[in-house]
Amino acid sequence: METASEKSESLALKPDRPVGIIGYGAYVPRYRLPATQVARLWSGEGEGDLPVKEKSVAGLDEDVATMSIEAARNALSRAGISPSALRAVWVGSESHPYAVKPTSTIVAEAIGATPYIQAGDWEFACKAGTEALVAAIGLVGSGMGRYALAIGMDIAQGQPGDALEYTAASGGAAYVIGPADESLAVIEATFSYVTDTPDFWRRAHQVYPSHGQRFTGEPAYFKHISNAAQTLMESLGTKPADYRYAVFHQPNTRFPQMVGKRLGFSDEQIKPGLLSPVIGNTYAGAALIGLSAVLDVASPGDCILVTSYGSGAGSDAMHICVTSAIEERRSRAPLTRDYIARRSEIDYATYARYRGKIRMK
Amino acid sequence: MEVPRYWRLQKQRYALVGEICPHCQVKIFPPRDVCPECGGEAKQPFSFSGKGTVFSFTTMYDAPKGFEMNTPYTVALVKLEEGPVVTAQLTDLGEQPVEIGMPVEMVTRRIREDEEDKGIIVYGYKFRPVMAGTH
Repeated sequence: METASEKSESLALKPDRPVGIIGYGAYVPRYRLPATQVARLWSGEGEGDLPVKEKSVAGLDEDVATMSIEAARNALSRAGISPSALRAVWVGSESHPYAVKPTSTIVAEAIGATPYIQAGDWEFACKAGTEALVAAIGLVGSGMGRYALAIGMDIAQGQPGDALEYTAASGGAAYVIGPADESLAVIEATFSYVTDTPDFWRRAHQVYPSHGQRFTGEPAYFKHISNAAQTLMESLGTKPADYRYAVFHQPNTRFPQMVGKRLGFSDEQIKPGLLSPVIGNTYAGAALIGLSAVLDVASPGDCILVTSYGSGAGSDAMHICVTSAIEERRSRAPLTRDYIARRSEIDYATYARYRGKIRMK
Repeated sequence: MEVPRYWRLQKQRYALVGEICPHCQVKIFPPRDVCPECGGEAKQPFSFSGKGTVFSFTTMYDAPKGFEMNTPYTVALVKLEEGPVVTAQLTDLGEQPVEIGMPVEMVTRRIREDEEDKGIIVYGYKFRPVMAGTH
């Protein structure tokens, strides 16, 4: 019989050919809605115990396609490859602009990657982005294609007055995956942990998602992230001290801090990739933009543990180590913090207009 | 906008793909296959950098059909680094006042939607103030 440690050793997903991140690019829209604006309207409270400081809000002319295009252009600038060298463009989101018509074809056309590509949209609540990334690792790691583009991007929906309205935000990041020897960070292994857990869903034709209130914590977020991260570390024989940084899916400020602490990570390891306090929860973009913020500051040799979470439910954990190529490529595109610093505060009325909460007919 | 027309204009609208004249090297936008400078045939595609400056601008309060939901918005004549002047909306201005000579960069955005929530979404170029940290 297999022992527990033998089992976990075989569980890590590793490609036949080593792969890595060739280029990455973030995108955060300009507008910010302070959590106090939501509290003032719906709970009458002020500065009390709010889940984030503020969230990013997409403008009137933005959607997952336009935001993905900008992140993809940034990723390609860093990668320094021709868009026509890509063999796949995959966009993970739960707010694709069309119900039927791929976001990925629009993105691929705009960046000049068509027509010799795979294109498709991925859906797995907040882990659609890392799901696309793992698929890209598979495509490149099997030798089917040299480069693939994976994007996690969302304009998250939260019902007015719901707890999610404080945090449901806009943003994400794009990654060009390619051979490890060309990469700015090598992806050593991934591990995914998935169960059928009804913590959060949105039925067809519904504008806003529903969620299982307190059920979204322990049996959902904490269980899946802990199992994914723990098993990956066991199978690789690593421990929290081996990582300079850790990034967890960030639906609010507290959850990633708590799960990090439980797994044995310190605040210093988590802080550089914890963006939810200032941009909110970018859903399928959240873990990936946390990673882009870390890559903005990481040094060659640093290892990063990234663990996403998507409701429904599952987590993808990844072990990533930064190479010396990071130094030169980092400055080829705007940093994550450049987007965060580009900030215009809006009030609830402007937010309601920008996000289509005012129906004219 | 008719779907076939939108589809035909996609390349130039999504990413400012124009032409370069093989005879006199002039950069052409929008693409028109005949060089406006030397009259020679010019069919070679050229991707513009998207960098430019505001040549002139105005603010729209009374918008044409399809753009009503975006008022007020600013339309500018943008002089591209490579020469041509294009008409486009400015976006992501926030509180930033627009000035003649202001450096701007191209972004791809939603331009309009047809038939409310049923028709195609038209994407195309707009310009925004150059972001800090852009190299």
